[in-house]
Amino acid sequence: MPGPPRLDIDALIHDPATRIIVCCGAGGVGKTTTAAALGLRAAEQGRRVCVLTIDPARRLAQAMGLTELDNTPRPVVGIDGGGSLSAMMLDMKRTFDEVVEGHSDSERAQAILDNPFYQALSSSFAGTQEYMAMEKLGQLRSEADRDGTWDLIIVDTPPSRSALDFLDAPDRLGTFLDGRFIKILAAPARGAGRGIGKILGAGFSLFAGVLTKILGAQLLTDLGAFVGAVDTMFGGFRERAEATYALLQDPGTSFVVVAAPERDALREASYFVDRLKQDGMPLAGLVLNRVQQVRAPELSIEQALAGAERIRAEDPATAALLQLHADRMRIAERQGRLARRFTVAHPGVRVTDVYALAEDVHDLDGLREVGSLLACSDAES
Amino acid sequence: MPSSDWPNVVLHVVSGKGGTGKTTVAAALALGLARGGRSVMLMEVEGRQGLAQLFDTPPMPYEERRLASTPGGGEVWGLAVDPEEALLEYLEMFYNLRRAGGVLRRMGAVDFVTTIAPGLRDVLLTGKAVELVRRRDKHHARAYDAIVLDAPPTGRITRFLNVNTEIAGVAKVGPIRNQADGVMAVLRSDKTAVHLVTLLEEMPVQETTDGVAELEDAALPVGGIVVNMTRPPLLPDVADLAALTPSRVSATLTQAGITPNAPLIQALLADGEDHVARVELERVERARIAALGRPVYELPALSGGIDLAALYELSDMLTEQGMA
Repeated sequence: MPGPPRLDIDALIHDPATRIIVCCGAGGVGKTTTAAALGLRAAEQGRRVCVLTIDPARRLAQAMGLTELDNTPRPVVGIDGGGSLSAMMLDMKRTFDEVVEGHSDSERAQAILDNPFYQALSSSFAGTQEYMAMEKLGQLRSEADRDGTWDLIIVDTPPSRSALDFLDAPDRLGTFLDGRFIKILAAPARGAGRGIGKILGAGFSLFAGVLTKILGAQLLTDLGAFVGAVDTMFGGFRERAEATYALLQDPGTSFVVVAAPERDALREASYFVDRLKQDGMPLAGLVLNRVQQVRAPELSIEQALAGAERIRAEDPATAALLQLHADRMRIAERQGRLARRFTVAHPGVRVTDVYALAEDVHDLDGLREVGSLLACSDAES
Repeated sequence: MPSSDWPNVVLHVVSGKGGTGKTTVAAALALGLARGGRSVMLMEVEGRQGLAQLFDTPPMPYEERRLASTPGGGEVWGLAVDPEEALLEYLEMFYNLRRAGGVLRRMGAVDFVTTIAPGLRDVLLTGKAVELVRRRDKHHARAYDAIVLDAPPTGRITRFLNVNTEIAGVAKVGPIRNQADGVMAVLRSDKTAVHLVTLLEEMPVQETTDGVAELEDAALPVGGIVVNMTRPPLLPDVADLAALTPSRVSATLTQAGITPNAPLIQALLADGEDHVARVELERVERARIAALGRPVYELPALSGGIDLAALYELSDMLTEQGMA
């Protein structure tokens, strides 16, 4: 059976038409490392790159010289070649605050920032990260278009419960803002009960009663004040959400799905691939990460194990080497089977393999190594 | 049978970095706890249908279903919680307002609660777990002897469990506040233990370390650490691998009936170097886990993958080590 078509990473990052690369995939498959390695490789080949990471492991952040979460792209030092690399960690609360500040006068902005409902929403509630990652991507892109600071933005995606929540975020926000619910919430701030009645007409009293009963009067007041305060900026929010969604569908955007050669991660990858297709999002291909490397495939499992038995007594160390080789072959076989299943289900999807490294990446050299593994794939052309 | 390290715990929360196998560990723990005729609820909250895949059943609706039985008449039940259904159920339970659900749905309020403000989704999910803990049968005995919650990953677990504290910050009084306080009281009590699953790798161990600190800061009860997918060392002392020379390997391969050649020898020695590096890395990570001062349980990597038989095998190991 022929292998999958090869994902040519260098062609992707060389192409000046590639302006955004989104790395997505299940948690724990090496998404952030892949994003950083792609960024470094692109920069060292002359691109001016900004990498947006969501929640990098400490040592990976240190590898890129990121010591604090300050929501601003910082230049990474030690880049070879003519390009440049900046990296940042997303600070979702700061990003949210900036949106608020950018869309209302200072008095109104302060009222929102001080609102307890806003404070909970912006700093603690899960899900805000998805919205803010996309918001930040939109900001970086506008900055790139305006100032020419970067010609390639690489974004890591949050480890959501559904890792494609970020795709739905702008759309959900739009649907929500069109809904009547938002108007009801805003109503108490505009002048108590009568306002609600006008908006809703019949059936409203049941609803208002439910809300008060469930939420409690005080929470309802805070919520109403919050919604009332942000009411004027909703138009802006909505436009931005739609612009971000359109940006993701732009031909200059490429999605790279990252997976490990394991059942669950590949199942998730299948789901991403289908979903991206459905939404008309441009898919570059699959990075199959942490693949077991086999250094001597010509020595079969049976030969190695039989040989190991014969010599175990006199040379246990060499027997252990043969055993090790057999184990690696077994793992590689199982991974190969799983990868083939993915390819059969998604025959057109380009794939590149990256061997598992003995250690986690903690410096630029480590990222360079991952980058070169990404670029030279074993998959057939 | 060894006694359990967690005799008072009713709610076992299982978290871990993505890819560490927390769903598998949660299922094995549930099977272990069900021994001796006990009835255990295994609950998933991330909408991934992980339990259906693991137990090889069709996708589960929002309904308590029996997944497996254990020797001695024990039972493991499963529940895949759907936030929307949980909301409607919550309305009915506390306010007798199920009828209002349709209205709320049309208003976009259900969307609001379950997607726009996902924090509220976590309120519903933790609330459901606590409801299962509190539920009594008609004889006033616990409906489930234990609840195992396949929880969000370590990076989000504290925020997830602590969400009701956030609610308390927003809702100063009222029924929501009372519900939030009640849920936090159970989650912070000795009836709850938050177990973290890790691998012997740098990043998962780092996340586990950070997770323990965050849980402790939030006054949430940290349980045990499960080191998953361990592989036994190939030799008592891996230094013997590092001491091998190409000529020695070449001579031994001939004895073993394998024709040696330079690339093969280089390949085998490189595999050996990788193994030595990994064993050393694992030694360092093991020490970091031990330094956390929590009970540690180990589960080996199973070569055949995970099926129901493998789950029973893993549950035996957890029972022997005192986790279940």
